[in-house]
Amino acid sequence: MMRERFKRELNRLNDELIVMGSMCEDAISKTIAILKTDDSDTDLYDQVAALEEATDKKEKEIESLCLKLIFSEQPVASDLRFISAVLKMISDLERIGDQALDIAELAKEIDDHQSLRHTALFQMAEHIALMVKESVESFVLKDLTLAEGVMNRDNEVDKIFLEIKDEMIQMITADEGKGELIVDVLMIAKYLERIGDHSTNIAEWVKFAYKG
Amino acid sequence: MEEICFDVKNVNLFYGEKQALKNINMQLLKHKVTAFIGPSGCGKSTFIRCLNRMNDLIEGCKVEGEIFKDGQDIYSAKQDIVDLRTHVGMVFQKPNPFPMSIYDNIAYGPRCQGLKDKKKLDEIVITSLKQVALYDEVADRLHESAMGLSGGQQQRLCIARCIAMSPEVILMDEPTSALDPISTAKIEDLVLELKKEYTIIIVTHNMQQAARISDYTAFFLMGEVIEMDITDKIFASPGDKRTENYITGRFG
Repeated sequence: MMRERFKRELNRLNDELIVMGSMCEDAISKTIAILKTDDSDTDLYDQVAALEEATDKKEKEIESLCLKLIFSEQPVASDLRFISAVLKMISDLERIGDQALDIAELAKEIDDHQSLRHTALFQMAEHIALMVKESVESFVLKDLTLAEGVMNRDNEVDKIFLEIKDEMIQMITADEGKGELIVDVLMIAKYLERIGDHSTNIAEWVKFAYKG
Repeated sequence: MEEICFDVKNVNLFYGEKQALKNINMQLLKHKVTAFIGPSGCGKSTFIRCLNRMNDLIEGCKVEGEIFKDGQDIYSAKQDIVDLRTHVGMVFQKPNPFPMSIYDNIAYGPRCQGLKDKKKLDEIVITSLKQVALYDEVADRLHESAMGLSGGQQQRLCIARCIAMSPEVILMDEPTSALDPISTAKIEDLVLELKKEYTIIIVTHNMQQAARISDYTAFFLMGEVIEMDITDKIFASPGDKRTENYITGRFG
């Protein structure tokens, strides 16, 4: 086996991406916890904010590692696809970190968690947590079927988003004085939907990296 | 519609008992750059030499199969070998200028063909030198020895010498492996310029060079063509695992 050093560096890149992926999974599950808890939990929020910062830092690190490998090793074929897929995936992961924090910011201000339970928001959040988890897992395990599953789940998420939108329209019509909540729910749902899109992107990059 | 320059059919080549090429089939397109890559001893140089019958000079070398150029089998008895080599020129790994002046190096071929007209010879020399972007560098010393040129200049001179015969095809066997990066870049630019007028087939050990300048790439391994495809496809998503292993450096 030739190019041992290059192979080691590629493994390192793989490991770093797994680390960044798990930061995002962590951020999402903590964000959902904030969404579900009745008392506003500033400790959890701080953790999500710290994770967002760590994700940004990790993105920079991985990016410079990719650039170094490109100029020093001039990768081709599967190596080139892997490195360029990683470059794309880290920006999707970075966005996931940002949007998790956006949701956490809204969620910690919500008082009426009881009303949230009646929406499809939690159901949507569960799907999203799974999508993030499975997109990262499909990369770790080089599992294209799992990646395919993430893409399919995105359609489900898009449906739920529309349901939530309809629910909110009904609430506006009913005029129960829940204006602020309605706006928050819509924004959270939109952020969740975007996270779903980023997870789908990651799954597509996994496919590109390992299949071409 | 792409025009075919060489149509290679079932070519097998033997050096005595040893088979060096196994059942080669490929089509080489006009006005394209085709690169041959593969590890040392895989048969790529042997094969490129089949295209202008340079292997005829090697004792014990036997070629089977057919190589059609413009519909005619260049291995048929009818083929005029001098005529073939006029149309299919070659540039080698090490620059090999003749030990004579820059001018005479380029005028050598046309003179051998009987051209004596000084004005026409001047024109051929100057046009050829301009085509390889060497003219400005040597305009004031055309009658000085070519041996005084740098390696990169010598190689461009050899390409100019080849062009002076107005060939259709230029075969290049590792034309930049003895050159520094700047001279290499000049030859690569030249190849891209020349393909407008000529068909270029290049053997190279430099993978990035193949990726940079060729339209098609053929991967040779142990006398066989494992895969031939559009260069971008070969270097992004090769079809064969052996190609993948070779170009990513996981070979052997």
